[in-house]
Amino acid sequence: MERLRRRSQYIFALLANAYWLFPWRSPIYQGPLKKLCFPGLNCHSCPAATTSCPLGALQNLLATLRPSLQMGQLHIGAYVLGSLGLIGSVAGRMPCGWICPFGLLQKWLFLLPVPKLSFWRPLGRGPYLFLIVFVVLLPLLVVDPLGYGSVWFCKYVCPAGTLEAGIPLLCLDQGLRRAAGWLFAYKFILLILLLIWCTLTSRPFCRAICPLGAIYGLFNRVSWLQLRFHPDRCVQCEACLTVCPTDVSFYNGLDDLNSAACIRCLRCLSVCPSNAVSLEFGPVREDIGKEDVEQFYPKANC
Amino acid sequence: MKRYLPLFTTIAFIALLALGIWSGEVPVVWNKAITVCLSCIGIG
Repeated sequence: MERLRRRSQYIFALLANAYWLFPWRSPIYQGPLKKLCFPGLNCHSCPAATTSCPLGALQNLLATLRPSLQMGQLHIGAYVLGSLGLIGSVAGRMPCGWICPFGLLQKWLFLLPVPKLSFWRPLGRGPYLFLIVFVVLLPLLVVDPLGYGSVWFCKYVCPAGTLEAGIPLLCLDQGLRRAAGWLFAYKFILLILLLIWCTLTSRPFCRAICPLGAIYGLFNRVSWLQLRFHPDRCVQCEACLTVCPTDVSFYNGLDDLNSAACIRCLRCLSVCPSNAVSLEFGPVREDIGKEDVEQFYPKANC
Repeated sequence: MKRYLPLFTTIAFIALLALGIWSGEVPVVWNKAITVCLSCIGIG
């Protein structure tokens, strides 16, 4: 399973960045595939990017909502939200664990042999904050006299834009290098800090910042694909918790197995020696609740 | 009722996707994606 996931991550990272003619032709791909939103975080200004970034596209639509409504056009972000919602309703947050190139990068960085830090759980609310404030409210509400907003998350937060687009384009274009100022310096420092954090903590961007993960996470409990925990089979070996990249502690009832934090990497399913975790596809069944888990394992054991 | 949530959710988002396509959002997304976003790269 883990090998399959690794291959999936590599293949999607390559598919999302398959335009290698940028040094000779236009600086970025301009073909029809850019009408599609990539299911993971991948900046569409990356020279090799073949698809559009859903977060960038959503912010652009919201930032130009007022002028478009004034022109009688209903551009409310339905295309992007529909695409993300369709994927989320089928697989929940699975794209985070199987497709996202930035998730792959975080996984690589965490493999570096440096001391590790645990994730401070209150930061888990961060993705919702970034989604509501930076992706929705600021692009909608902070507008210029003509009614145009800005892409706040891309501009002030997104490390994928700096890494995949900013650095390569500045290397390729002297004019852009001259134009780079404090904003690029700020984003570059932010990127370095985040990359350092990624070496110390497992998937910190996914867990504390990523608005795309926040959107997918909302579907984890209502998607066709569901993980199911069988506490009667669990031997409490904690193998699932040891391998979980987002520290979802479901075996003792602390978290729900289908909580929004789960990126559906399915590592818990692979390592469980007693098959206490299964993957199901179909209508949602009444799942084992925390109370049921506590019946098997009293709180003293948690 | 909870049993049918995935079905309702999928139908709702297919409808939303269709609305986006019908209202002409696809060319807008494409136009933004084929130009270098200066904000994204930390220039503008």
